Amino acid sequence: MNKILRYNQLFQLIVANLKEVVREPGVLFWGIVFPILMSLGLGIAFTRKADSVMKVVIIENNKLPDSSSKLKTFINSSTKKTDNNLFSRKVVVAEQKLGNTIFLFRVTNWQDAMVLLKKGITNIVIEEKNNNIEYHFDPMNPDAQLNYIKLSKILNNKKIIENKNNDNIKGLTVSGTRYIDFLIPGLIAMGIMMSCSWGISYSIIERRTKKLLRRMVATPMKKSHFLISLITVRTAMNLVESLVLFLFSYLVFNVTIQGSIPALFLVFFTGNIAFAGISVFISSRTSNTEIGNGLINAVVMPMMVLSGIFFSYHNFPDWSISFIQNLPLTMMADDIRNIFSQTTNYSEIIYHSFILTVTGITFFAAGLKLFKWY
Amino acid sequence: MINEESVVEVKNVFKSFKTVKAVNGANLQIKNGKFIAILGPNGAGKTTLVEIIEGIQKPDKGEVFILGKKWKGNENELHRFIGLSLQDTYFIDKLRVWETLMLFASFYDIGKKRIDEIIELMGLEEKRKSYVVNLSGGQRQKLSLGIALLNNPKILILDEPTTGLDPNARREIWSILLKLKEKSQTSLILTTHYMDEAEKLCDYIIIMNNGNVIKEGATTQLLNEDHGDKLMEFTFENFIDDIDSSDLPLSLNWDVANQKGFVKLNKVENDLTVFMNFIKEKGFKLKTLECRRKTLDDIFITLTGKHLNE
Ligand SMILES: Nc1ncnc2c1ncn2[C@@H]1O[C@H](COP(=O)(O)OP(=O)(O)OP(=O)(O)O)[C@@H](O)[C@H]1O
Ligand SMILES: [Mg+2]
Repeated sequence: MNKILRYNQLFQLIVANLKEVVREPGVLFWGIVFPILMSLGLGIAFTRKADSVMKVVIIENNKLPDSSSKLKTFINSSTKKTDNNLFSRKVVVAEQKLGNTIFLFRVTNWQDAMVLLKKGITNIVIEEKNNNIEYHFDPMNPDAQLNYIKLSKILNNKKIIENKNNDNIKGLTVSGTRYIDFLIPGLIAMGIMMSCSWGISYSIIERRTKKLLRRMVATPMKKSHFLISLITVRTAMNLVESLVLFLFSYLVFNVTIQGSIPALFLVFFTGNIAFAGISVFISSRTSNTEIGNGLINAVVMPMMVLSGIFFSYHNFPDWSISFIQNLPLTMMADDIRNIFSQTTNYSEIIYHSFILTVTGITFFAAGLKLFKWY
Repeated sequence: MINEESVVEVKNVFKSFKTVKAVNGANLQIKNGKFIAILGPNGAGKTTLVEIIEGIQKPDKGEVFILGKKWKGNENELHRFIGLSLQDTYFIDKLRVWETLMLFASFYDIGKKRIDEIIELMGLEEKRKSYVVNLSGGQRQKLSLGIALLNNPKILILDEPTTGLDPNARREIWSILLKLKEKSQTSLILTTHYMDEAEKLCDYIIIMNNGNVIKEGATTQLLNEDHGDKLMEFTFENFIDDIDSSDLPLSLNWDVANQKGFVKLNKVENDLTVFMNFIKEKGFKLKTLECRRKTLDDIFITLTGKHLNE
């Protein structure tokens, strides 16, 4: 048995391809280290909220006597001095769950206020008129709106309430609902797409360019074995890369898989079939690595942008959503995400897996038909 | 219709690329155990012709029979009888020499013993565990030849196996091929720019230029035909346009571009005196004069006006 296997061409092809892949140091970096760094960077950037700083400009009103000016009283009694000479006063509102908000104030004239607005240094200007506080800001700017809401809250209270523990805010830090939970399944799906298209397409094109392809088919090697071995090695590498990324996110961010593991494998394998087929198709004819590069990017880039890997595709216009949802990368990313967070819809997963398989086989067959071995 | 003797038969093969006629009506027959050379300068159509024989390229017109069979429908069977090396192939960079041989051996269901034999035959023992990417050009050519020999092919087709090698490496490859000729019934088709290679290794030579076969024949016959096998080559001190040799009883060629003349010799002792008298009479000043055996390059120059290596 062992001997039969040793001299079997499919086995030898798989071994050779696998050795080639693992001996390439770039593989380790792009396949394993890079996705981890990406998840680490994005995960940290979007999960730990830093103090938010709000810069507010107050228009000086010399006509009002100090004692009757609400704003002057506020500045003098409630704010502290800062080292900043542009915004010289500050108030810190400490909130445990939302993070601290630091208000910085500058008292100045309109002319100066306009400059600061135009430079984008501030987005809200307040002025006292007829015993009323007027807020000037762009109502279309959500940051300015938030500033207004928070600011009016402290200006209407005579005293600044240090809200130590706002019980009415329930932080959604339950695992499965955080940004990192959204991100990791997307990164896994993207990794499969990238690694198939670069791994499979590129090695086919490169071997064609180097005339290795024609040398190999001038032997009794079965053409299908050649392609199957490439796909097998890629799938195995993808499995390792996905597992490492998951393990990392489990250890660092406590990302868990709450849904069905067999369903996850189904999505993983059918996704691999889809992208392997597409990759064989992309690389079926060209022997120019630059054209190959272009073709791969033309397929991979739009999906990376559209398929909601980093941010939800629901921000795209409504008419495009159903198109986006039918892209193979979207199907895979959505399904993996759903399985991770156990909002699994089995009939959808089975339907998607079927579509992915058909996509893969169709492209593979078309690619094989067009394939230029010489 | 299996011709018992011809292992390869090429009948009236044509192949063009856009405006280039790469192969323009080639015919050849190779008998079992014979070595033939296809000799020609760059762009002569050698690679195109051998790739048509190998089944890699399809001819526009004409037929190729390998062991009496056409390629179409018999690929799997015929590939088992053929060993080949392409003009500059690269293998998998990060695969070791023995692993590369192992991979190709698996295509032929060949075991480990043959791999060791090939490594020894090619003198690659020291490089057995090197990555292919780290081999020198010559070592890579040897590996390529080793792979071609793995399956003890009945027909071996080598496209410029010694181009770019140093004289030592060339001689090593020659001796491997000569040993093969002695010990086995393998037939060889070899393309080359080097006439000495063709002369040394092959029984039959086909000279190609611009897609055409301009001369062919058994090696010994090619070298001895016409006016004997010796020749005199000379140059003059000053520029000469033309030489009127009507009163010289020898055949003289003057190559204006290279400012070189050739005289075919039958009997050196007689012809030399005749020639020297002729020069004296005409008042030419000789710069160099050389008598030597005629080579294929001379044949090529007479046929095309240029050198093989140009
Ligand atoms: N795929 C191709 N497309 C276009 N032209 C080609 C192609 N292959 C060969 N040619 C042309 O056909 C002619 C013969 O080429 P070929 O490679 O057979 O020459 P060769 O004798 O092997 O030359 P060399 O000694 O340089 O290897 C050349 O003019 C070449 O430019
Ligand atoms: Mg060539």
